[in-house]
Amino acid sequence: MSNPENLGYTTDHEWVDLGDPAAATVGVTKYAADALGDVVYVQLPEVGATLTTGEACGEIESTKSVSDLFAPADGVVVEINEAVVDTPELVNTDPFGDGWLFRVRVRVDGEPELLDAAAYAEHTKEG
Amino acid sequence: MSTPSPLHSVHEALGASFTDFAGWSMPLRYGSELTEHKAVRTASGLFDLSHMGEIELTGPEAAQALDFALVGKLSAVKPGKARYTMICDAEGGVLDDLVVYRLAADRFMVVANASNAATVAAALRERADGFAVEVNDRSAELALIAVQGPTSTAIIGSVTDADLDALAYYASVPSAIGGIDILLARTGYTGEDGFEVYVDGARAPEVWRLLTEAGQEHGLLPAGLACRDTLRLEAGMPLYGNELSASFTPFDAGLGRVVKFDKAGGFVGKEALERRRDADVETKVLVGLVGSGKRAPRHGYAVLDGAGAQVGTVTSGALSPTLGHPIAMAYVPVAVSEPGTALTVDIRGTSAPVEVVKLPFYQRQA
Repeated sequence: MSNPENLGYTTDHEWVDLGDPAAATVGVTKYAADALGDVVYVQLPEVGATLTTGEACGEIESTKSVSDLFAPADGVVVEINEAVVDTPELVNTDPFGDGWLFRVRVRVDGEPELLDAAAYAEHTKEG
Repeated sequence: MSTPSPLHSVHEALGASFTDFAGWSMPLRYGSELTEHKAVRTASGLFDLSHMGEIELTGPEAAQALDFALVGKLSAVKPGKARYTMICDAEGGVLDDLVVYRLAADRFMVVANASNAATVAAALRERADGFAVEVNDRSAELALIAVQGPTSTAIIGSVTDADLDALAYYASVPSAIGGIDILLARTGYTGEDGFEVYVDGARAPEVWRLLTEAGQEHGLLPAGLACRDTLRLEAGMPLYGNELSASFTPFDAGLGRVVKFDKAGGFVGKEALERRRDADVETKVLVGLVGSGKRAPRHGYAVLDGAGAQVGTVTSGALSPTLGHPIAMAYVPVAVSEPGTALTVDIRGTSAPVEVVKLPFYQRQA
């Protein structure tokens, strides 16, 4: 499976797109989506919520299991993907695209430490 | 290292995701488990259940040995028929729930859950001691393939000569698919009409292929263990480890009807089960719970009454793929077990309202 080169990754199987300086976009990886199975419910943080790196900020629920979403960076949520709330299977069908979850304005000194695509691929191989 | 099914390479070619289940590596899903679930409800699904245990008892006293070893009255089952029953320990605790096929007057096949197959085989050997019967654990060599769903009769009918009109639910008949000997049974764990095919593991890939071909025009999809669990939950069927365990008697699970006291001679667990039957204890009963929204109560979550006091625990739960709302099973006291009773479930810190309903959640149209 190919993890896009332009994204950063967490060991919790989330991806972060830091390409837009206004706000980072966050989602879960294809590896995570495949492991979860059919996603049936996504609970996202509220717009305006303050996130602390590593803390649970939402839930992603499949037929079989529930997983926490973890904040990949310190910052404030500026937008959530309403489409994925209405159509959770977008996480399965397009995890790196239309299945994005929320956008967060990263705190100035809160630039997260992320894995690059190669390091993340190595991480999932071990897992 | 987990044991691969005799169909492992078939599943790999189909792109299955695998899961370790009771020491076996089995297909969890091939693509989307929701698609597989819906295929079983509207067309048919093809399952590999080779992890199940099959233990044969053969001999002139096979029926008597099973009457002693199990809580059911297997001597009353006619050849060609099957029975849902249980094996208990001396204290009446459920060691496993079983389907027992009577293949001939002197021959039975006991089908056990994969996680309990070794325990059941050992208990049957021990309990058969002194009876004129031979106990043969065939779990490793036998494959089990299930075709479940409304189109299953058309599919099986096109590959066997068996008279399916004459094959009732919980009956079996020796047959063949593509010249390969099978035992064909009308049983299942999905709430749909369906068939289970017992076949020598070495021939299983060929039977799978023939069923796949026959199923093409009938919407048959390969289906994994993930949808098997949501299918059985919708059908209100217990799963050992969730609804059943050795710390419960069949009476505690609301399944006291499987215990037959009117057998000649004793059986393992009889005294304890009689005491339990006659005891004046506040029992919990297994009920269905339905919720709204999308968040499902899950195994282990607390069930609370109107005052917020815990009255029970969820044994299984999921967002029902067929019904679209959360469903769960739980043991609760009789006092709050009436359909229509309003309860709540603590879903990870949030109180979700649920209503008690009669099981099953889903019943196919006759």
